[in-house]
Amino acid sequence: MEAQLQQLKEEALQKITASVNVKELNDVRVAYLGKKGPITDLLKGMGNLPAEERPKMGALVNVVREEVTTVLEARMTLLQEQAINEQLEKESIDVTLPGRPVKTGNHHPLTRVVEEIEDLFIGMGYEIAEGPEVEKDYYNFEALNLPKGHPARDMQDSFYISEDILLRTHTSPVQARTMEAKEGQPIKIICPGKVYRRDNDDATHSHQFTQIEGLVIGENIRMSDLKGTLSVFAKKMFGDEREIRLRPSFFPFTEPSVEMDISCFKCGGDGCNVCKKTGWIEILGAGMVHPNVLEMAGYDSKKLSGFAFGMGPERIAMLKYGVEDIRHFYTNDVRFLSQFHRTEV
Amino acid sequence: MLVSTKWLAEYVNTQGLDPKDLGEKITRAGIEVDAVIDRSHGMTNVVVGYVKEKVKHPEADKLNICQVDVGDETTQIICGAPNVEAGQKVIVARPGAVLPGGMKIKKAKLRGEESNGMICSLQELGIEGRLVSKAYADGIYVLPETAVPGESVLPLLGLDDVVLELGLTPNRSDALSMLGVAYEVGAILSEDMKYPEATYTESNEKASDYLSLKIDAIEENPMYIAKVVKNIQVKESPLWLQHRLMAAGVRPHNNVVDITNYVLMEYGQPLHAFDYDRLETKEIVVRLANEGEKIVTLDDQERTLKSNHLVITNGNGPVAIAGVMGGANSEVHDGTTTVVIESAYFAGGSVRQTSKDHNLRSDASARFEKGVDPNRVILAAERAASLLAELAGGEVLAGSVIVDELDKTPAEVVVSPDFINNRLGMKISLEDMTSILTRLKFDYQAANGLLYIKAPTRRQDIKIEEDIIEEIARMYGYDEIPMTLPVEESKPGGLTSYQAKRRQVRAFLEGAGLYQAITYSLTSKEMSQKFALETAPVTELLMPMSEDRSILRQSLIPHLLEAVTYNTARQADTVALYEVGSVFLGETESGLPHEQEHLAAVISGKWLDHSWQGEKKAVDFFVLKGIVEGLMELLGLSKEITFERTVVDGLHPGRTASIQLAGEEIGLIAQLHPSEQKDRDLKETYVMELNLAQVLNKEVEALYYAPVSKFPSISRDIALVVDSEKATGELQAIIQLSGGRLLKNVHLFDLYEGEKMEQGKKSVAFSLTYFDPERTLTDEEVVNAHNKVLKALAEQAGAELRG
Repeated sequence: MEAQLQQLKEEALQKITASVNVKELNDVRVAYLGKKGPITDLLKGMGNLPAEERPKMGALVNVVREEVTTVLEARMTLLQEQAINEQLEKESIDVTLPGRPVKTGNHHPLTRVVEEIEDLFIGMGYEIAEGPEVEKDYYNFEALNLPKGHPARDMQDSFYISEDILLRTHTSPVQARTMEAKEGQPIKIICPGKVYRRDNDDATHSHQFTQIEGLVIGENIRMSDLKGTLSVFAKKMFGDEREIRLRPSFFPFTEPSVEMDISCFKCGGDGCNVCKKTGWIEILGAGMVHPNVLEMAGYDSKKLSGFAFGMGPERIAMLKYGVEDIRHFYTNDVRFLSQFHRTEV
Repeated sequence: MLVSTKWLAEYVNTQGLDPKDLGEKITRAGIEVDAVIDRSHGMTNVVVGYVKEKVKHPEADKLNICQVDVGDETTQIICGAPNVEAGQKVIVARPGAVLPGGMKIKKAKLRGEESNGMICSLQELGIEGRLVSKAYADGIYVLPETAVPGESVLPLLGLDDVVLELGLTPNRSDALSMLGVAYEVGAILSEDMKYPEATYTESNEKASDYLSLKIDAIEENPMYIAKVVKNIQVKESPLWLQHRLMAAGVRPHNNVVDITNYVLMEYGQPLHAFDYDRLETKEIVVRLANEGEKIVTLDDQERTLKSNHLVITNGNGPVAIAGVMGGANSEVHDGTTTVVIESAYFAGGSVRQTSKDHNLRSDASARFEKGVDPNRVILAAERAASLLAELAGGEVLAGSVIVDELDKTPAEVVVSPDFINNRLGMKISLEDMTSILTRLKFDYQAANGLLYIKAPTRRQDIKIEEDIIEEIARMYGYDEIPMTLPVEESKPGGLTSYQAKRRQVRAFLEGAGLYQAITYSLTSKEMSQKFALETAPVTELLMPMSEDRSILRQSLIPHLLEAVTYNTARQADTVALYEVGSVFLGETESGLPHEQEHLAAVISGKWLDHSWQGEKKAVDFFVLKGIVEGLMELLGLSKEITFERTVVDGLHPGRTASIQLAGEEIGLIAQLHPSEQKDRDLKETYVMELNLAQVLNKEVEALYYAPVSKFPSISRDIALVVDSEKATGELQAIIQLSGGRLLKNVHLFDLYEGEKMEQGKKSVAFSLTYFDPERTLTDEEVVNAHNKVLKALAEQAGAELRG
């Protein structure tokens, strides 16, 4: 019986070694170590042995079984590993193949600029005010200190619908409407929107364009507040190193009126083609709200004062992104639009 | 306004400042210098030449061989100008000279003849053709006999000068004159002024003996002065005057016209010279024109006048349109011997209207429109008379004829220094303020803690306290204003709910693959109402610039389609665009159109292209519908949205749906009609438009969470055979209504129509999910509910269960 056991062991070990995959090895396990296998049979057959031989024989069988099991398991680990490796090998892919694209669109560059400005001022406590694009002459001009026949109306030839109604030439009528609605209360708003002027479309003119204006009215609003606010805007929009300078200018609805330049963000002020070698770039117009405008909207101009500013998102986008032709904003060429995909915060 | 710095220096000491620096100072103080123009353009080697001899070129008809004395030598120059003659003093660009156009002068041979330079026209020296007097417009320029050969022509022609181009805002019409600019520069540099002189010997005869004056429109013309100068000789003006005019952008004509223009530029007061003899009568009557009255103006145009146009007449008919342009009938000509110089104050509004009606803008009208200085009307007339005496040999008659009812009271402004400082956020001392007022030559008195200021009449823009604040601040320097932020109650800013939702709509659509487009609001008549969701009267421009931009749009789709065509023509595989913008419908009570914010989208071309994995798909109706449905889900409106077949002009009749929100039409979605696609060179293109305002303003319930149940749901699939025309949406609605409270979800998972089906039938398969959050459903409960659904489907839609 011992010899038989030894032979079984030799056979089993040989078959284990000969197994080349997990399945074959499992077959070997079942064949030799399974419930119906020869080793189990041997153990079952031990009943026929004399009682004194049984422990010795039992121990022997167990030793053989453990030995076979150990070898088998080692072989199993090896084969499993091999199997996994084979599978991995088979499953490997060309990771340089392109991924499935997540096709997304993006904001129009003007919206991108407008929202950036909106958010910046929202952070300073401003609200966003909007108004109609077709306006009454009163809100577009008269309430802004531009009575009929005022020479400054020349500056903005307009699209009239009737004698009293026109396409707004700036977003300032939203300010006039807001002032009227607020009935003497303080105001802090940003007004973005489309505006229209009688211009022939070319590289620098568009009969339709965008404006964004701001208005603050309160007690003792000073010109220094305007300057400080514009400086915050310039730094956030164009970089912390930006300096601003104000130049006197003229708008009928503000007095004093200014134009704001920022130090060139391309050359830092040394002079380049962006700033036309001056080191400064004109960004916006602003001023202290004209007392006539305040009074017309029912504000006491001796008690309350305010400032307003306005700029063109087209111009800002052109400067910021180097867009050379204003018509690009309205052609909606996907090759243009899709360039404003990436974030830039 | 073009300001010659050399000319300017006659009135104010510019301290030898480099013109660029001077320009910068002017800009920073408030008048923007748009350009600094070096009239010499860096030219060298351009000298006076004396043409000693001229012979025809043997080989070329149009060329002349000239022997020219250029100072250090006499040299041969070939000249093609028709007006070159021996004995002339001319402009010679010698070898080595570089002319403004970039032309380099070299020794050359022209048809075998040596040429050592070029005889130049003024245009070749960088002077605009429109400024060159007619006599020399088509040839070389001839210098006065006194010119010395070999000397540089630059000083002679006033080209050793730098011109500042001022970009004037409408309030600073005071700087539309050399004197006005000189005041400004004087204030900036703290320099005093030198005024031009007007001295002449009066004749024994009196102007009033020659001329009478009557004003019949005193409101439009409150002041008029006429001086009469006789025995003048009309000829070319002296060079210095011509070149000053050219520097100022005015073309020289003859001495009389040039003098009026010179004084106009000097004082900002427009003048007009009439030929006294051609006036025919001895009177001037200023009145409003008769409706339909005609006049031929200096530009030989016959103009028909309206009754609100002011005219100067000789008592019979018009001889000039006041402030705008003179009449041809009284124009000064070579034979004129006696002139009437008119200096007047014409009301701005009147001149503005007249010049607009005749589309005639002149240096004169521009100044009248903005209001000339009442105190310069007489000064300018006297200055012109003096120059006519000096430069045209004229004899100025004693006195003048004048009507003067013009109010010349200066504006008075009272302001407290504290108010100035409060508004600026500064602490400027009273001394600094008064010193600035002195520099500006404003009369003032400081008393009782207030400044009493009289603004000079040339500064008609100074009327209120804020104007003084600006004057003080700009002279003190805007750089000195500190930077602060408004001190106020701190309130949060933010977007309205509508604005915030609109941003999310944009983000959703972009996430879904659409690019935001912005198109024009103005469109053509044909496009204005195309695809519009509702019919409403259009809003039309009074004076459009073109037919294509004459009416406000009522749908966003037409211009988006234009963008699709544009992109498709440029090889775009996919065009997917959306736009948020207003449409303009009818008229509201206020007279303004009803502005409605809409959202539109278009898709065309490939939707999916991942070819190496074998996925490629063109856009279709359901791609766009899915986007609309997703959007409605975002806005919490899914349950209230339905789609209903409809027909709209220009859209595919079988593929158009009206989008309804709680039964009300709020939009449409469709394929573009194949014939429209063909017209636009497009493949299958889908469009949709929504009344965004209505969608965003729709009230939705607050978001409230439903507990996630631990009980399982049970699914049952059904396959139905129905008539092909039966809308699946209808089936789904039947299922939802009949399914009772346990039915939680209905999902269409298969649709088949084809060979294996009976003609006119289709198979539709739904998966129904039953669920009770409180417990596990029994089989019986599900069967009961499910049977009700099947019964309803059979009864209401004739649906059979597919075997």
